[in-house]
Amino acid sequence: MRAERPSLVDPWPLRIIAGLLIFAFVALFLALPLWTLFAQAFAKGTEAYLRAIDEPAAWSAIKLTLTVAAIAVPLNVVFGLAASWAIAKFQFRGKQLLTTLIDLPFSISPVISGLVFVLLFGLQGWLGPWLRAHDIQVIFALPGIVLATVLVTFPFVARELIPVMEAQGTQEEEAARLLGASGWQTFRRVTLPNVKWGLLYGVLLCNARAMGEFGAVSVVSGHVRGRTNTMPLHVEILYNEYNLTAAFAVASLLALLALATLAAKAALEWRGRTEIAS
Amino acid sequence: MRRPLLRLAAISLVLVGSAMAQAQAQTRLLNVSYDPTRELYTEINKAFTDKWKKDTGEQLLIEQSHGGSGKQARSVIDGLEADVVTLALAYDIDAIAKVGFVKEDWAKRLPFNAAPYTSTIVFLVKKGNPKGIKDWGDLIKPGLEVITPNPKTSGGARWNYLAAWAWAKDSNGGDEAKARDFVGQLFKHVPVLDTGARGATVTFTERGVGDVLLAWENEAFLALKEFGADKFEIVVPSKSILAEPPVAIVDSVVDKKKTRKQAEAYLAFLYTAQGQEIAAKNFYRPRDAAVAEKYASTFPKIELVTVDGAFGGWAKAQAAHFADGGVFDQIYKPGSR
Repeated sequence: MRAERPSLVDPWPLRIIAGLLIFAFVALFLALPLWTLFAQAFAKGTEAYLRAIDEPAAWSAIKLTLTVAAIAVPLNVVFGLAASWAIAKFQFRGKQLLTTLIDLPFSISPVISGLVFVLLFGLQGWLGPWLRAHDIQVIFALPGIVLATVLVTFPFVARELIPVMEAQGTQEEEAARLLGASGWQTFRRVTLPNVKWGLLYGVLLCNARAMGEFGAVSVVSGHVRGRTNTMPLHVEILYNEYNLTAAFAVASLLALLALATLAAKAALEWRGRTEIAS
Repeated sequence: MRRPLLRLAAISLVLVGSAMAQAQAQTRLLNVSYDPTRELYTEINKAFTDKWKKDTGEQLLIEQSHGGSGKQARSVIDGLEADVVTLALAYDIDAIAKVGFVKEDWAKRLPFNAAPYTSTIVFLVKKGNPKGIKDWGDLIKPGLEVITPNPKTSGGARWNYLAAWAWAKDSNGGDEAKARDFVGQLFKHVPVLDTGARGATVTFTERGVGDVLLAWENEAFLALKEFGADKFEIVVPSKSILAEPPVAIVDSVVDKKKTRKQAEAYLAFLYTAQGQEIAAKNFYRPRDAAVAEKYASTFPKIELVTVDGAFGGWAKAQAAHFADGGVFDQIYKPGSR
């Protein structure tokens, strides 16, 4: 009697059920909310949509959000590169601790991430009185919002790079050093080109979160309309003012920024794959 | 790889620079206020900046920040640079005075305890009042859900709480234990506590949670205006509380920013006939007799108790009811419904 070979293909009922489940899930939790968002934003027509966005407070929120991302993301790129390089390519005491610390912002609530800065820089906090004496405003102003955003988006670049760098090992760097390259040359000519796709991917994720962060920023913002409201905070304010169309219009802009980020990510992955294949 | 980073850094520097340049162009006042006053102060700010421009030639920019009254006071204490605070109740300004930013005698520096308008607490229910809610006693009927914000963070919620307490105490012959029992039962009917009055209004009106909203009178009127009188109606209880939302200059900030003159004129404007008229139009009860006369038909007559009369003032009420471990902490156990 011939033994039956175990099938590598799942039986068709299972495949159909799994397919339906995935479809239902995507439709219910991704497509439907997105559709609602845009439907509500355009509920009163394109003109109302444009009017809701072309308004000083909305513009200032858009500008602030982009400014914060433009400062926070490069900072985290520098930090993420340095940290992942150190962790993946070198052995040193405290490496495990550093790896754990990088993950910390993922595991603490964003509200706490905001509150620590109030406790540090608030007028009743450690550094507050000194800052006030020197007329430096940290919380309830741009620096505080940037700090909170940097803290929350801290792990994205490093987390993305560490596995890539570890997978590549240290052989190429060792070869470069043997051929006489300096440390900086090794990093710039060997390490960086090897991880560029991973780096760009990390930057995109970091950027998406930096623009979308609500909790931590809400704590340090002070909610001054037209000055310290980021886009997510502005959406909440508009919603609370019964201004549904405007709230959804600004929210749809945020969603568009996120979708653009995703599209860029997909394009990068595709390019990265073709480059590796060639 | 280096060039995009450099470009990003350059763009961000330009953006920050332009933001700062704009910031210094004109005199700015920041009004840190409580939750439901957004529409009121949008209108007041426009009227006042127009008047100030005409009188002095100076262009003012008045910025607004809104949230639960207690939370807003906390932000000012932590360093939010408010020139003026316009909060929901005196205790929250007292809290700012305690750290020395506002002078202790703030309440005496302006007429009427520094409260240019008053309000009270009413009920907002669905059109036709399907649950037949007429007075405070009806709120603890089985199965009824009551929406009110969190007394820890919201000024309106503290007025709600004290109004309920005052009614229960008076209808039980002054028995504090019975009042406590009633308020305890009332909060067992509260499914969710928002941090500010506007959040609670949105929960009730837009998300459709609950059968009755305990609300500022002005907030209830505004909800009728926004959603139409065919969706909701106001129920006036037999007794409520005289809410006096006070205003004050934050001395430490105006002295530093040299904006005392503008800030004082701004608060004084609230007491002028024009300011009072704007308050009345936004459903705040005006102090000015002539304006009050004109809008008499808007505001129903209710028997109103005062915090000073019924609770011995805000300091006492705050310590007994809303401080850590106070009566509210003892009667409100989240989830134990």
